[in-house]
Amino acid sequence: MASKVMSMQEAIASHVHDGDMVAIEGFTACICFAAGHEIIRQGRRDLVLCRMTPDLIYDQMIAAGCARKLIFSYLGNPGVGSLHAIRRAVEKGIPAPLEIEEYSHFGMVSRYTAGAHRLPFYPLHSYTGSDLPRVNPKIRFVESPYDGEPIAVVPPLNPDVVIIHAQRADREGNTHLWGLLGVQKEAAFAARRVIVVVEELVEEQVIRSDPNRTIIPSLIVDAVVKEPFGAHPSYVQGYYDRDNQFYLQWDELSRDETSTQAWLEEWIIAVKDRAEYVQKLDASAWKRLSPGEAFAEPVNYGRYA
Amino acid sequence: MNEERSSQTNGTRSGERNASDHHETYKMTHYTRNEMMIVTASRALAGTRTVFVGVGLPNIACNLARRTVAPYLELIYESGVYGARPARLPLSIGDPTLVSDALSVCSMQDLFGLYLQGGRVQVAFLGGAQIDRFGNLNTTIIAGAAGSLEEDYARPKVRLPGSGGACEIAIQAQKVFIIMRLSKRGFVDRLDFLTGPGHLHGGDARDSLGLPGMGPQLVVTDKCVFVFDQESKEMLISSLHPGVELSEVQQEVGWQVQTAGELKQTAAPTDEEIHLLREELDPQGIHIG
Repeated sequence: MASKVMSMQEAIASHVHDGDMVAIEGFTACICFAAGHEIIRQGRRDLVLCRMTPDLIYDQMIAAGCARKLIFSYLGNPGVGSLHAIRRAVEKGIPAPLEIEEYSHFGMVSRYTAGAHRLPFYPLHSYTGSDLPRVNPKIRFVESPYDGEPIAVVPPLNPDVVIIHAQRADREGNTHLWGLLGVQKEAAFAARRVIVVVEELVEEQVIRSDPNRTIIPSLIVDAVVKEPFGAHPSYVQGYYDRDNQFYLQWDELSRDETSTQAWLEEWIIAVKDRAEYVQKLDASAWKRLSPGEAFAEPVNYGRYA
Repeated sequence: MNEERSSQTNGTRSGERNASDHHETYKMTHYTRNEMMIVTASRALAGTRTVFVGVGLPNIACNLARRTVAPYLELIYESGVYGARPARLPLSIGDPTLVSDALSVCSMQDLFGLYLQGGRVQVAFLGGAQIDRFGNLNTTIIAGAAGSLEEDYARPKVRLPGSGGACEIAIQAQKVFIIMRLSKRGFVDRLDFLTGPGHLHGGDARDSLGLPGMGPQLVVTDKCVFVFDQESKEMLISSLHPGVELSEVQQEVGWQVQTAGELKQTAAPTDEEIHLLREELDPQGIHIG
């Protein structure tokens, strides 16, 4: 089969268009900042951004004016505080008004699951008594055809593009992911197009040696990008730690619109690509973020020839 | 060995000692308000097997409980971790230290579906910007002057983070324990938005709507502990922390709050608990200070 490997610039140019519904998923771990930054550099507009936790990456993309709408379930800087740029957009319409569509975590997970399974809705025990259904008419209740009891349902979510960051994949896009798995598998299977971004490209044999770890098969992958440190300042299990200093720094600088725009200019617009961003970071950062080693015991799959 | 240790600790610090003992401990050990909250929350986990954890004070409370009153406690994080053994203080609920050494790491569909919705979570810790007398929680918005819920939501004075997993956790966990600082801004007569259902309008509201969990059972604050009336499901002051007067609590609560029978004093942290917190669980004093 043909290699799907391309540069981040090519992957975004070919697969992310103005007005698309885009999900860069990854729950605290493996958030592909490299892809988000390239979307900002290429000046995409009117995107509908989906993410359970918008995190700093959507704070940056919304500050850069890429999005018209946000679909989410937790709007915070994890472990730090607020997402100030998104709050400015929601509370004051700066730099532009932002439409929001809000769920709980299980609601978002269920939306991706319905999307991946091509189901018309997904039922879950949530939302009863909460005000969330009053402000989001897509959260509804149906009567169970079996016991007649009401049950909350959410509609499928099928993004145009889903971008997943992982430890390794082969050239076709068979992808190994470990650590927090978040909602990546469901999101990728729900998507119309999938971009996989990895720390390392490996031979197909490496993937086949441990098939339980293959979260995403090449069957649903459209582009593979090798982008070491592409998830910084978030983390990749076993590769680098979260750069919490940056999460704290963003909390300060993003409180002000001018310093936010200055940061976007210096670290995204004026930077050619992720390789240049990595070079621009203090070299000691990578030492500071190195996690050391903790290997799993090997398993024997057996040879049944 | 663990069992032995557990029964010993239960016997010596489960809060059943008499008032003079409390007073003695209080004099012996200087402790912070956060330490008092953490210790009180950890003791409430005595004998618990599974707990849904947040970051900050609940995380330390659960780790302290595992070292003292609940040696078989398994920590569950909404990020997909069951049986975490964090080697450092997690910076967020998705910290990689929660993955390394855990019993199981699964997708969030499995975590919310199999563990939470499957009824495997005995206790969940929650907090919020606002709580009302029935333990309903708001983590969505602080309202401006707009008026209707829909208008307030569309143009909030302060946009808070929202539900995360709190809505379904509040509905599904067998019991909910709440940790919040006591303040008039937080303990309100009327929520600006109901994100996570507590006892709703009280009485049998949860049962009649078919909510699977029992809802809020305990509210630990920096001044006192609240429980909920068995019938009305209204929040009642159960114990005051050492040195706190009843009036200090009443003036920080936005409704006429009652006491649960004879008011007790919350047992102060023991030297051993303080030692574990300061030397092993939070040596940099990030959360206990």
